[in-house]
Amino acid sequence: MSAEQPLERDHGLHLLSQMLRVRRFEEKCVELYSAAKIRGFMHLYIGEEAVAVGAIEALEPDDAVVATYREHGHALVRGVSAGAIMAEMYGKLEGCSRGRGGSMHLFDAATRFYGGNAIVGGGLPLALGLALADKLQGRERVTACFFGDGAVAEGEFHESMNLAALWRLPVLFCCENNLYAMGTAIERYESETELALKAASYEMPAWSVDGMDVIAVEDAARRATAEVRGGMPCFLELRTYRFRAHSMYDPDLYRSKEEIEHYKQHDPIPGLTGRLEAAGLVTAEDIEEIERSVAEEIEVAIAFAEAGTLEPVEDLERFVYWEGTTA
Amino acid sequence: MPSLGADMTSGTLLEWRVKPGDAVKRGDIVAVVDTSKAEIEVEIFEDGVIDELLVPEGTRVPVGTALATVRAGTEDEVPSARPVPAAPQPPEAHRLRASPIARRVAQQLGVDLAAVTGSGAAGAITKADVEHAAAGAVTPVAPAPAAPAPAASGAPAPPPAPPATPAGEPGDRALAMRQAIGALMARSKREIPHYYLQTQIDMSRALAWLAEENLNRPIAERLLPSALLLSAAARAAAATPALNGFWVDEAFRPAEGVHLGVAISLRGGGLVAPALHDADRSSLDELMSGLRDLVTRARAGRLRGSEMSDPTITVTNLGEQGVELVHGVIYPPQVALVGFGAVLERPWALEGMIGARPIVTATLAADHRASDGHAGSRFLTLIDRQLQKPEEL
Amino acid sequence: MSASAMVTVSYREAMRAAIREALLGDERVFLMGEDVGAYGGCFGVSKGLLEEFGPERIRDTPLSESAFVGAGIGAAMGGMRPIVEVMTVNFCLLALDQIMNNAATITHMSGGQFAIPLVIRMTTGAGRQVAAQHSHSLEGWLAHIPGLRLLAPATLADARGMLALSLEDPNPVLIFEHGSLYNMEGELPADAGAVDIERAAVRRTGEHVTLIAYGGTLSTAMQAADELAGAGIEAEVIDLRVLRPLDDSTVIESLARTHRAVIIDEGWRSGSLAAEVSARIMEQAFYELDAPVARVCSAEVPMPYAQHLEQAALPQASTVVAEARRMVGGG
Repeated sequence: MSAEQPLERDHGLHLLSQMLRVRRFEEKCVELYSAAKIRGFMHLYIGEEAVAVGAIEALEPDDAVVATYREHGHALVRGVSAGAIMAEMYGKLEGCSRGRGGSMHLFDAATRFYGGNAIVGGGLPLALGLALADKLQGRERVTACFFGDGAVAEGEFHESMNLAALWRLPVLFCCENNLYAMGTAIERYESETELALKAASYEMPAWSVDGMDVIAVEDAARRATAEVRGGMPCFLELRTYRFRAHSMYDPDLYRSKEEIEHYKQHDPIPGLTGRLEAAGLVTAEDIEEIERSVAEEIEVAIAFAEAGTLEPVEDLERFVYWEGTTA
Repeated sequence: MPSLGADMTSGTLLEWRVKPGDAVKRGDIVAVVDTSKAEIEVEIFEDGVIDELLVPEGTRVPVGTALATVRAGTEDEVPSARPVPAAPQPPEAHRLRASPIARRVAQQLGVDLAAVTGSGAAGAITKADVEHAAAGAVTPVAPAPAAPAPAASGAPAPPPAPPATPAGEPGDRALAMRQAIGALMARSKREIPHYYLQTQIDMSRALAWLAEENLNRPIAERLLPSALLLSAAARAAAATPALNGFWVDEAFRPAEGVHLGVAISLRGGGLVAPALHDADRSSLDELMSGLRDLVTRARAGRLRGSEMSDPTITVTNLGEQGVELVHGVIYPPQVALVGFGAVLERPWALEGMIGARPIVTATLAADHRASDGHAGSRFLTLIDRQLQKPEEL
Repeated sequence: MSASAMVTVSYREAMRAAIREALLGDERVFLMGEDVGAYGGCFGVSKGLLEEFGPERIRDTPLSESAFVGAGIGAAMGGMRPIVEVMTVNFCLLALDQIMNNAATITHMSGGQFAIPLVIRMTTGAGRQVAAQHSHSLEGWLAHIPGLRLLAPATLADARGMLALSLEDPNPVLIFEHGSLYNMEGELPADAGAVDIERAAVRRTGEHVTLIAYGGTLSTAMQAADELAGAGIEAEVIDLRVLRPLDDSTVIESLARTHRAVIIDEGWRSGSLAAEVSARIMEQAFYELDAPVARVCSAEVPMPYAQHLEQAALPQASTVVAEARRMVGGG
């Protein structure tokens, strides 16, 4: 699928800006991780930005997002502030999860961002429930659930596909197929590598999309969310590739340099830039301006995280049980 | 480990004041021991050089355990032979099977668990067993082999040594002291056939003399009525040998001098009764200063061993508490205890006239094995006479 | 019918009445699980509710424990008050990822942003010859997890009354219904309502020994207490009721009176709730103890089918009596 409709300058710049925010933010994260400012597990989205940017572009403000442990980009694009995300990775009280979640567990009630789930497949049932609540309460909302290709091998994936279709729950399933379940290539763990076929077998609309093309992703997501709002879950297989290792601990031994270089030729950011330039919609100055603005946002975020405070140790056992009032 | 009181069966060596190679002479303080009633300085009774410290600090050992070896001569001399090794330590006694609460209650009630027969699972001592034992409700059918033989000895065979333990917390100390007092008093009441006498003594002359005497003294050196009472009791004891000494090995052994034990209550509870040595030959000033010193050191927990083990007769003065009369319990192996109540104004008939006089009630609790009422009466009468001639005290 | 009138009900009916009341009282409440609708509940608890409330609120699910328990969590976060029925505690193992990694952690992991007002009911326990995959008492495993509240209604009043406050709790509440209790009948006030979900209860007072039980073992403890009374031993019986967070104070206060404890737990002894209770007694009441704490637990075998073996594997009143007599002595 490719998007043939005419691109508007403002929208193009917006998409480019969103992808650059994610790219530059994570590049900075690598630096900060090396400087031991960020610890624990950290999984980078570099190379896959078009998926989150394109899919979330199709959501309304009161829709919900359930994501995975590779979710910095989703949170940023969804509207969680870069400062709150960075502070979270710093383990600071000002972080979006008060420093209790870290890189893998970004949460934000205000933007209906339901985490950062680090159990592969574990977010899917949760998304069903959020959608069920909307359905039972008569709210026409979408719950977008992101997960990787590895999740497709989990029982929870199949249980959730079945239940969502059976109960016609308003969930948009976004399968980010980057071809590897950590270090295991998809042909080595899936009998059927056409993942959309699996979802289709549960009687829900399902198709594959070029996940390196942000315009294509957005276009597919808009069509899918329309289906979802009409009362039928949808499944998108978003074919993408991560340019960096699985996590900061990963020596990346299971794939070749050539393969990585090949996919880098399809980097979604130069891809979009090239198209905009070819259409005469952007200038070098525009891109410079975006880069400058993104750099400033990241600088501010780091300053915010650096200036953040640590939660007092006396509060260690807080939030195990709910402390506030329920909605 | 010296015996620092008749009730002491073991002690904890708290602190060494000497090290191997130190020259010591008789009377030097070489160590501090916790008897569970008090921290007491241990004197050495011979001259020589410390050769080896056998018991480490913090260790609890039975009375009689060698603490250190001393060689004769000066530190320059080379010992001709290895010192006599310490008596081998008795093997650690088998731990009593007693429940936690039984142990706690035993401490509170001063019950010696070694003498209690357990009725719980596998013969464990339960809370109820301890309570029955404390109430005397249960007599073991057969005494446990390790239990001390009844009565007789002023220094009964110590029960099995408890395992070595570090010195306890203050709370434990108070409990331990109650336990020790309880054990000693129970033994006294069990073994000693007490008889009791009492008399009222007119203190008019004594107090008048004291007031006059104190007029000429700076405040710090003023005498208290208790000094007069102690002096009178000491002199009376010197004149009544049957009340001044020890019941040991089924026989009375009169003491050489009069070392007056004075009961001192401690702030954290409990009491000690250290000796005022040679009280019968001390001046009132010496008795006053000796008493102040003892009270201070007793409350600081720093009494000397000899002060704990030497009393030949004990005086308890509860006058300060306002009570009129005290019937005491004798400290074994002593054979008598003198009690004084408060000096109170009372109607007093003299030569057909009734007037108000300051009166003190003196009591005697005495061991009927060592004396009888005749000696006791004479003793109280002597105290009265002494107090009517205060200038001679 | 007057407010104080007594009615005869079974445990099953009491539980059903509680669910029905919740459905009537709060539109956000719905019930989902395997066979809760058309079948009427594997143990008949929800019989008639589908007819009364319809398939939107009485939802039969596929045999997908992880999906429907996780959906319960999501629905709770989305503003509903779900009651999720898992057929037995053995089956909840298929949903353990959702219970442990989501229900128990999201509130904390999100820095306190999200409440999880979810109730999960499940049957537990043995005694019905259903062998090694339907009989176990795994409450102790789940009681290990911070963030959950675990309840074990052992009486009609608790079966009737625990659900209301469980649904009001903003945290996940797991309710364990012992399979042997559903047919238990007795009298309840017609207007019986909510009961607390914080405290253990003293079901019988006594001065010589405390028998600590919960769920299915409460009746074992009560039976043992009756037998002990015949021998002159007055046993106090504590029904834990709340398995997490444990109500230590009721247990410790009782120990301060009786100084002896026997814990009766249908879980396996090793790493059991009984072990936890025993440890807390040791920590908080050591100097009150007049005998070692005793545990009467299930034998450490997967539950056998044959009746005599199953009974031999389960805590029996006679064992409780023997333990209590041993520690009290002659009485």
